[in-house]
Amino acid sequence: MLKHTFLMIFLLLMTDSGIAGKSLILQSTTSTANSGLYDYLLPLFEKDTRVKVNVVAVGTGQAIKNAQNCDGDVLLVHAKAAEEKFIAEGYGVERFDVMYNDFIFVGPPGDPANIRNLRQAVGGLKKIAESESIFLSRGDNSGTHKKELSLWKYAGLDPVVASGTWYRETGSGMGATLNVAVEMNAYAMTDRGTWISFGNRQDFEILLSGDKDLFNQYGVMMVNPERCDKMNMQSAKTFIDWILSDKGQGLIANYQLQGQQLFFPNAK
Amino acid sequence: MQEFSSSFGLAFNLLISFDADLLEIIGLSLRVSLIAVVIAAIIGFPLGASIAVMRFPGRQVVDILLNALMGLPPVVVGLLVYMMISRAGPLGWLNILYSPTAMIIAQIILIVPIVAALTRQLIEDLHREYDEQFRSLCLPMSRVIPALIWDARYSLLTVVLAGFGRAIAEVGAVIIVGGNINHLTRMMTTSIALETSKGNLALALALGLVLLLLSLSINAAVYALRASAKHLAYA
Amino acid sequence: MQQSMRCEPAPNILLMPETNQNSQLPLKVSELCFSVAQKQLVSDFNLELNTQGLTAIMGPNGAGKSLLLRLLHGLLQADSGGIEWNRQSLDIKTRQAQAMVFQKPVLLRRSVAANIDFVLQHCQTTSRKSRREILEEAGLYEQHEQPARLLSGGEQQRLALARALATAPKILFLDEPTASIDPSTTRQIEHWLERIRESGVKLIMVTHDIGQARRLASDVVFMHRGRLLEHTNAKVFFDTPKSSQAQAYLSGELVV
Repeated sequence: MLKHTFLMIFLLLMTDSGIAGKSLILQSTTSTANSGLYDYLLPLFEKDTRVKVNVVAVGTGQAIKNAQNCDGDVLLVHAKAAEEKFIAEGYGVERFDVMYNDFIFVGPPGDPANIRNLRQAVGGLKKIAESESIFLSRGDNSGTHKKELSLWKYAGLDPVVASGTWYRETGSGMGATLNVAVEMNAYAMTDRGTWISFGNRQDFEILLSGDKDLFNQYGVMMVNPERCDKMNMQSAKTFIDWILSDKGQGLIANYQLQGQQLFFPNAK
Repeated sequence: MQEFSSSFGLAFNLLISFDADLLEIIGLSLRVSLIAVVIAAIIGFPLGASIAVMRFPGRQVVDILLNALMGLPPVVVGLLVYMMISRAGPLGWLNILYSPTAMIIAQIILIVPIVAALTRQLIEDLHREYDEQFRSLCLPMSRVIPALIWDARYSLLTVVLAGFGRAIAEVGAVIIVGGNINHLTRMMTTSIALETSKGNLALALALGLVLLLLSLSINAAVYALRASAKHLAYA
Repeated sequence: MQQSMRCEPAPNILLMPETNQNSQLPLKVSELCFSVAQKQLVSDFNLELNTQGLTAIMGPNGAGKSLLLRLLHGLLQADSGGIEWNRQSLDIKTRQAQAMVFQKPVLLRRSVAANIDFVLQHCQTTSRKSRREILEEAGLYEQHEQPARLLSGGEQQRLALARALATAPKILFLDEPTASIDPSTTRQIEHWLERIRESGVKLIMVTHDIGQARRLASDVVFMHRGRLLEHTNAKVFFDTPKSSQAQAYLSGELVV
């Protein structure tokens, strides 16, 4: 009798609900997923097109890597140089601007490096380096990390030599890095969307923002169907067309969290 | 930290509201881990019992290997499975990346060594007791091993429980091969990781409490089953 | 790999003539030696056995009686010397015609009935004896659904004996089967052993119970410190033991 019970339970468990109909895999960044944008957009998209979107939210570096392995149909990330390289090497078909927001510097209200009234990101980084205030870096080759490194370079500084002292690389996602920054009373650079939707801000504040160098562009592209013959080309095209359409762009502009707009559509 | 107190309230609210998303996540966690542990038992029981009972060349190597594999980091297992079943990998044609099946495979690889090593221990003890009787009956190994497994069935439940515990609590492997896709591969542990990364620490902890509760009730059920078996002198 | 055991139809107890020659006899043991960690436990053991009925193996503690039984049954490998059953070496076929009941019964963690079924499945049985007949003979049919390990000590030993008989052995080894059983159950088992003996099964039993040996044995093998001291007709052994060790043993002295 025991055997039969086990068998029954097992059979019940094995019955897979499965994915009915058309679907696609969207390799994307944690910032867009964690901000709740997809939870808002995708049900509307699915209603319009009957295509189910499965979002894999990882760092931009890993998302691109996964897409290179054909483990995804559409890529929506924020590291323009890396995206263009992705296209140039034949992994993707064509890249489109979708939307933007901006990066910001957050830190403790005490602001030990005194960056609060600065207008330029590069100036802020210099002050942080001079005062050797603790700065938390993603250190994970993500879009945010790449952006941060390019800013350091622009400032003529190499923070990696200070790695482990005041410059600390978490090697984790944005949220995990912010959690650490809050605990260490440290500075961090994040995209505005993640920050607004972040639940563990405590008394941290946005200390520096508004510099044009902190512009954060998101791009969308389809994985190359000639390289990845099993990809869902039709669904991928449907998704890209929809998100670049007036309707998709309008919905992005409509999305608000805590009364603030998180992303600004700029498809051409 | 006010997170602690609010977590308990949140966990309670989550449970009594029968939140559909939560139930789906719990259901998937249970389904994936139970299937993984059943398959791991089907592989691990005979494997462990064979090592306990049979003397064959390379037995010690298998033994050492199993013990070493027990300490395998889940992330490594996840990565290995990912590389195998990625569309660019050798098993890409299976098309199972980012599916519950992929998570089940990763968990099986994680828990077979545990199940086999613990089974070996248990069966070795039982075999010591039965050995003379079985040899007196001239039983072939094909009869000895199933008989030992069946007679150790209630003790083996704790082995299954150990495997299940590792499976259901594991996040490193399933997040890589499952992708933590909402309504498809999002489990208890990957949700906890996600909510932590969103800074929703109270919610993350509340989910952790639900997981703990789940694990407690399964353990209690197995404990009760074993107790009744002990009563019949079967355990 | 599966070596199924061929179970002979169980001999009918009532019709079996007493003179029926057991196909496994004679037993011939020559120069048998067995040691563990350089300690000689059985040495230069010679024995010829061609008697029907029950052979009692007796001797003080540490004489090597249980070891001898296990060597004869093939559970232990001798260092040197030979064991032949009806001119056959101790191969799988010979061993399958044997069964053994241990001092402490090893029962499966299953029901009484399942313990018997386990053996019946193993012998691709042509035996006409059903599980029910076997259990009725053991007086355990009423309890067939009970967990075997919840039976009393005596019942457990009866089940172990019934299970050994279910393999339809020609030779049955018994290692102090009644050592930890109350007198009335001991009597029951003794009566049962008598019936088994009369059915033509050769019994070889280690026992410390001198009264039991007197009641059941047709001949006695007396051992001391791993050596054979006497092998004679039971009546002769009990009335006029030759060796001083046997005399001392029978008179209840401590024999070292």
